Amino acid sequence: MPEPSPAAGATVAQFPRGVAPAVKETPFIRIDGVTKRFGSFTAVSSVSLEIRKGEIFSLLGGSGCGKTTLLRMLAGFEDPTEGRIFIDGQDMTDLPPYERPVNMMFQSYALFPHMTVERNVAYGLKHADMTASQRADRVREMLALVQLSDLGQRKPHQISGGQRQRVALARALAKQPKVLLLDEPLAALDKKLREATQFELMDIQDRTGTTFIVVTHDQEEAMTLSSRLAVMDKGRIMQIGNATEVYEYPNSKFVAGFIGSINFFDATVRDIKGDMARVDVPELGGPVDARAIPGLVPGQPITLAIRPEKLSLSRTRTDAANAFPGTVRELAYFGKDSLYRILMPSGRILSVNSVNARRVGENERVADWEDAVWLSFDPAAAILLKD
Amino acid sequence: MTRAAFFPRLRHWFNRRGWIKITIATPYVWLALFFLLPFAIVIAMSFATRTPTAPPFSFGGEHPLMNTAHFARLFSDDLYIRAYLNSIGNATVATLLCLLIGYPMALGLTRVSRSWRNVLLMLVILPFWTSFLLRVYAWMGLMGTNSWFNKLLTEAYNFVMPADMALRYIPMMNTGFAVVLVTVYSYLPFMILPLYANLEKLDLSLNEAAMDLGSRPFQVFRDVTLPLSVPGIIAGSLLVFIPASGELIIPSLVGSSSRPMIGRVISDEFASARDWPMASAVAVALLLLLVGPLMAYSYYEGKSHEKPTAGGGN
Repeated sequence: MPEPSPAAGATVAQFPRGVAPAVKETPFIRIDGVTKRFGSFTAVSSVSLEIRKGEIFSLLGGSGCGKTTLLRMLAGFEDPTEGRIFIDGQDMTDLPPYERPVNMMFQSYALFPHMTVERNVAYGLKHADMTASQRADRVREMLALVQLSDLGQRKPHQISGGQRQRVALARALAKQPKVLLLDEPLAALDKKLREATQFELMDIQDRTGTTFIVVTHDQEEAMTLSSRLAVMDKGRIMQIGNATEVYEYPNSKFVAGFIGSINFFDATVRDIKGDMARVDVPELGGPVDARAIPGLVPGQPITLAIRPEKLSLSRTRTDAANAFPGTVRELAYFGKDSLYRILMPSGRILSVNSVNARRVGENERVADWEDAVWLSFDPAAAILLKD
Repeated sequence: MTRAAFFPRLRHWFNRRGWIKITIATPYVWLALFFLLPFAIVIAMSFATRTPTAPPFSFGGEHPLMNTAHFARLFSDDLYIRAYLNSIGNATVATLLCLLIGYPMALGLTRVSRSWRNVLLMLVILPFWTSFLLRVYAWMGLMGTNSWFNKLLTEAYNFVMPADMALRYIPMMNTGFAVVLVTVYSYLPFMILPLYANLEKLDLSLNEAAMDLGSRPFQVFRDVTLPLSVPGIIAGSLLVFIPASGELIIPSLVGSSSRPMIGRVISDEFASARDWPMASAVAVALLLLLVGPLMAYSYYEGKSHEKPTAGGGN
């Protein structure tokens, strides 16, 4: 898989998908063949993963995919059945949670309800080798970092959900952990607050330089936040890469379908010319040119996948390599874009997403209900998947 | 209002607000009839004068309801003071022991699997299915000088202690120890159940958070579990302490007659001495002694739950 170039992006805050310059090439966290079984159920299945220093790394997957179990093993709340975990060159596998240089931000925030915000943030520091005034300074610094300096004397039930989330973050960062684990950090916030907090998290990560590992089921969250992400399913890692790689170059039907929406077609390889392949797609009613992947042989059954926004609609036939006629079956207008459902002559319905770049009235749009249209796409936009 | 219009209007009132008012009023009416009214009678009686009539008291004399002689006697006769001290002391020791034994049990209940939890909870309340009196009699049998239980303890005692301190049996019956032992045994479920209800609600991720922030298991318990279980500790302690301090049957059956207990004093004054006003005075004083701290606790509890900010929280 292609490595992201270190030149991409000056800071994480400005270029969330880039990699911060502080990144070292040696892995900071090494998860080595880790398996976790609960009775006969395998939650995590021989996962190996390397995470670099200063990264925001996301574990993305649906519920029950093993992402939270993996995070809990990093924190020390679960012992791996097999495999070892190293952080900064040190074997963590047998250390209890209270001896690991790792702190966690819990999904429920887990703020101590009987302590003030200040005492919550100070809680981890009482085990640190610090004087009382150093501790007070650190608490003040942390509360300033999350912009809660005025609320130090409040109890958790006296502040809002968004404020609680930031107290949890301040508390987890106060001990200056080598790694911060975030379990669904934004799940409990409403949509507007979630977007603002995303950028705040990236900014705080940039300022503290802490390595973040985020568990999330929200693909948009994973894509905006992380420098790299791992897509998980049934306890296994399906693909690791940055947002672009995982979205544009998925390596499996699962990853392609999990991230964003996509149209899948059954296809058969006809022939291969250089880096281009021609495949037969009965549901589209003709051959399709697509960028080849290694190891194709003529006659091989394969899956063709095209994202809805990579398909373009026009009333007349274009000279694009791949063009097919269809009829507009349904149309949903979302404002910035519209979703078309196009009926192909084969009876197959596919989704097309088209950006409403021009400001037009209802009568002037590209296509309307029951209109005959032409669909076309670039060979580079077509994804071939073996499984 | 005509008769014809009355019932539809009544039904209308009932449908709109009546049923909710009646639902709320029922327990209050119950308490007023069966607690406040009898208690008012007991208070009135404590200021009456004892007479050899039936009922054996009257409100006659120069100052009806102003006879404070019985309350004065509470302080002058050291029988009452000793009885209060014995009862409160006994109840305090029993409550502390219940807490010491019950807390780990309640905590254990919250940490076992769900199916085990139901079995163990059932075992905690199982003793209630047999008569309380029967259970006290069982303990009398166990503590008796010739019981296998006593013999076993005596053997163990003689094995550990030097030969010249050997005993033929351990005197347990009719001692303060027996009263505490049977009180702890009888009231333990009243400690375990409220503690369990409290501990069961605690979010285990708080324990994980404390551990994640560097606390060892004991520190987690001290910093998180213990302070958050204070309401359960107080509820359980009140449920044990209040009935234990007025306990009549246990000290009567297994206690020493030379250690007066307040429950027995009240019973004796009413039944044997037929001094109803004195018995009432003892009972009223006991109630004041117990209700005072309870009111203080309720006030403190109510205060700590007030939310000083509007719009905060969720």
